[in-house]
Amino acid sequence: MLQIKNLTKIYDGGVKALDNVSFDVPDGQFLAVIGLSGSGKSTLLRCINRLIEPTSGQILWNGEDITAASQEEMRRIRRKIGMVFQHFNLVHRSKVITNVLAGRLGYVNPAWSLINRFPQEDIDKAIKQLERVGIAEKAYQRADELSGGQQQRVGIARALMQDPKMVLADEPVASLDPVLAHSIMSHLEDINKNDGVCVLCSLHFLDLVHRYADRVVALNEGKLVFEGLPTEIDDKKFKEIYGRDAERVG
Amino acid sequence: MNNKKKSSPWKSIQVGLITFLVMVIFAYGFQITKVDLEELRSENRQQSLTRVTRALAQPEIFEYDQVEEVVNFSIYVPCRPDDSGEAAPEQNTSEPYLIVTPGCAAPGEVVQVEGFNFAPYTVGPVRFIPGSDSSNVVSLGRENAETDADGHFLMSMEIPKRPSDSVQYIRATLRRNIGSPHFTQTAYDTWNKIVETVFLALLATVFGTILAIPLSFIAARNLMKTVKSPLTSIALSVLGWPIGIVIGFIVVRWVGDFSSVIGSNAWVNIASILISPALMWFGVRWALPQEEINLPSQSVRFARLGVLFMVILIGFYGLFQLASLAMSAGKTIEVPLGSFGFMGYFLFQVGDIVAIITPVLGALAAGGALSSVLGRLGQYGSEKLPASGIKVLNLILTTIAGATVFGLVGQLVEWLYQIGEPLYTLWLPMMTGAIAGLLLAFFTKPKDSLPIGMVIYSITRTFLNALRSVEALVMAIVFVIAVGIGPFAGVMALGLHTIVSLAKLYSEQVESILSGPLEAIEATGANRLQTIIYAVIPQIIPPYISYTMYRWDINVRMSTIIGFVGGGGIGFLLQQNINLLNYRAASAQMLAIAIVVATMDYISSALREKVI
Ligand SMILES: Nc1ncnc2c1ncn2[C@@H]1O[C@H](COP(=O)(O)OP(=O)(O)OP(=O)(O)O)[C@@H](O)[C@H]1O
Ligand SMILES: [Mg+2]
Repeated sequence: MLQIKNLTKIYDGGVKALDNVSFDVPDGQFLAVIGLSGSGKSTLLRCINRLIEPTSGQILWNGEDITAASQEEMRRIRRKIGMVFQHFNLVHRSKVITNVLAGRLGYVNPAWSLINRFPQEDIDKAIKQLERVGIAEKAYQRADELSGGQQQRVGIARALMQDPKMVLADEPVASLDPVLAHSIMSHLEDINKNDGVCVLCSLHFLDLVHRYADRVVALNEGKLVFEGLPTEIDDKKFKEIYGRDAERVG
Repeated sequence: MNNKKKSSPWKSIQVGLITFLVMVIFAYGFQITKVDLEELRSENRQQSLTRVTRALAQPEIFEYDQVEEVVNFSIYVPCRPDDSGEAAPEQNTSEPYLIVTPGCAAPGEVVQVEGFNFAPYTVGPVRFIPGSDSSNVVSLGRENAETDADGHFLMSMEIPKRPSDSVQYIRATLRRNIGSPHFTQTAYDTWNKIVETVFLALLATVFGTILAIPLSFIAARNLMKTVKSPLTSIALSVLGWPIGIVIGFIVVRWVGDFSSVIGSNAWVNIASILISPALMWFGVRWALPQEEINLPSQSVRFARLGVLFMVILIGFYGLFQLASLAMSAGKTIEVPLGSFGFMGYFLFQVGDIVAIITPVLGALAAGGALSSVLGRLGQYGSEKLPASGIKVLNLILTTIAGATVFGLVGQLVEWLYQIGEPLYTLWLPMMTGAIAGLLLAFFTKPKDSLPIGMVIYSITRTFLNALRSVEALVMAIVFVIAVGIGPFAGVMALGLHTIVSLAKLYSEQVESILSGPLEAIEATGANRLQTIIYAVIPQIIPPYISYTMYRWDINVRMSTIIGFVGGGGIGFLLQQNINLLNYRAASAQMLAIAIVVATMDYISSALREKVI
């Protein structure tokens, strides 16, 4: 179980990106994070694996205080948290398989990984993950030779290599077309339902939220303005989340 | 609209002012650079310009072997009273001969000189030889004769005003090229020096690049900004460097002594060189398992550390043995290899370099290792210990660290300037450092992370910028003083300049990489070094290659002129020939430089296209 308690993040420039946010995520849940652009969704997700240092508040994961972890402990926590990005964040000039193997970096002995040596089990596992997302035949191509949808699948395979207990997905489908979006989302759903991995996914489209999410939290200017089931978002709630002048589309 | 009307006279005045200023600047520039076209027009200048230009247009590269036909004709100047003035023509001979009409002449008179039976189509001077010695090398006048197809020539010359009672001579020296053209000595010298030049540039580029890469990471803001450590960790790692360096130096020297006790017998060397990597391999395999899910127990960790330490010692032992083998092998093969003896020389030098560098490497490695171990210890301590304890620890550690650093800097000053006053070069700096450390520890909260990365970044940047502004030629002068005239000084100077300028260029590339992949790799739980290897390096390979090529280009150019200040290479030869007014030889060297630079330019651009 992930518990977020009074989380606040104030950036160096003084922007309050998260304002006293608290909520819990039970194990195995698919949680959607919604909100306007700039409402703090990315900041929230990055605070959970401390790519961004929270200003105050606590994040507990299965009782362990993430916010108090030392650098060394943080590495051990991070390797159990997979992350998927809007712009995929693959290393373009590296091969697909290398990008996927990078998911093991928290596990392998640093000395060996420095000379690009991974255990054979990891290599087999990487191929298996690529098969799972359906692009095993691209394993030895350069990452930038792949289309956007394929790159995102590599990103998911990389997260899967970590044997994650939780996946943070920051607008994983925002730069893909609707058909691809469903295919990527169904991979995440597959991880969530079959592996029991907790997924926190920020999304822009409510139909995706309805289709995939178990539960929703909504942010507006850093504040938590809604927490509940996707079906509970009626017109009134919608206007609270997205502002008075917002119109529902789709 | 109003605005427009107001602004236009202002604009005109501005334009006028700027034009005026530019004119003034140029006028001043003309004056202080002494631009004087009159000088260019003067007769003297034009003549020497013509001479030099002509010499430059005829580089001294090829020459022919020549044969000479020298024939003397005896003549009285002025005529003796009994002389008829008719020379007896020696016809019916196949030897070349001269006929001068008249056969004697008054000083200043013009005579006809006719040559017969010379080789066809040859050229050469016809001169007057004063004095009665026919082998006299002193000659007057320089009229050129040119034979026709029959080996005959006819010309007139003025007899110089050298009256004498005894016989004097007119000499024709006709020369002819034989065989095919061959290279001149100048060409050979130029070739040798241009090879030296190219290798000078190569070595400087290779060493410079290797050292610039790690520096460029330290000088990259985006990588260093996130490096933060608590004070305890900083103080401990600062202390780790000098202590580690001393320990490392002593231990590796000890290994070196051990190695020389084992001996320089070639078989022992070979056996050691073969066995030590094998031992190291097994040691590393055991001590560094590829993947570990659970943390090993404390005793296993200690055992591993011990094994790793042994592996490193064995590695240094292997290096010493390798050096010893290379030196003895190099010495043995240098003579039998004949013209490939330079391979032996090279091997010997490599061995020597390895033997010298190994203790330094060991010292630096130990310094780095101890510093990072102590740093981690400090990190761990400041996370786990109570704040008050850390505060006391910090006060003690930073005081010692400050005193050490300042004391060392003081000793450096002492060594450089030989002040000889320990009060100013040791005790006072140590006091200052201790107080600075104490104050730092006093005013920082014990568990705060300090932006040590940015401090290191700023220091490195300042250092790079300062060194970069020193011209490579100036560096060469310094190194010529330090290591003597020759290509070695040139390599050092170019190498140093390459390090600092490449480190700057490289670090700018590091700063412009995409941050997304960096973030993604970090999120997998990778440590800093892994993040650099997997997210930074793939992104910077193309610009690094292209900058290295660019630098290689510059180094070739620089190495051609670094000889001007004694840094080896072709520049030395060129300067010498210019000073000796030997413009044809200088021309050959300039040609060589042009060819090499153009070729390198072509090769590097072709490679660049291929790689990127
Ligand atoms: N590195 C930063 N420094 C300063 N301010 C930042 C930084 N990153 C984000 N912000 C600010 O914090 C607020 C929240 O940003 P965040 O990226 O979390 O929003 P978001 O909900 O993910 O938006 P989007 O949907 O556009 O991705 C914004 O106002 C943004 O300008
Ligand atoms: Mg975002």
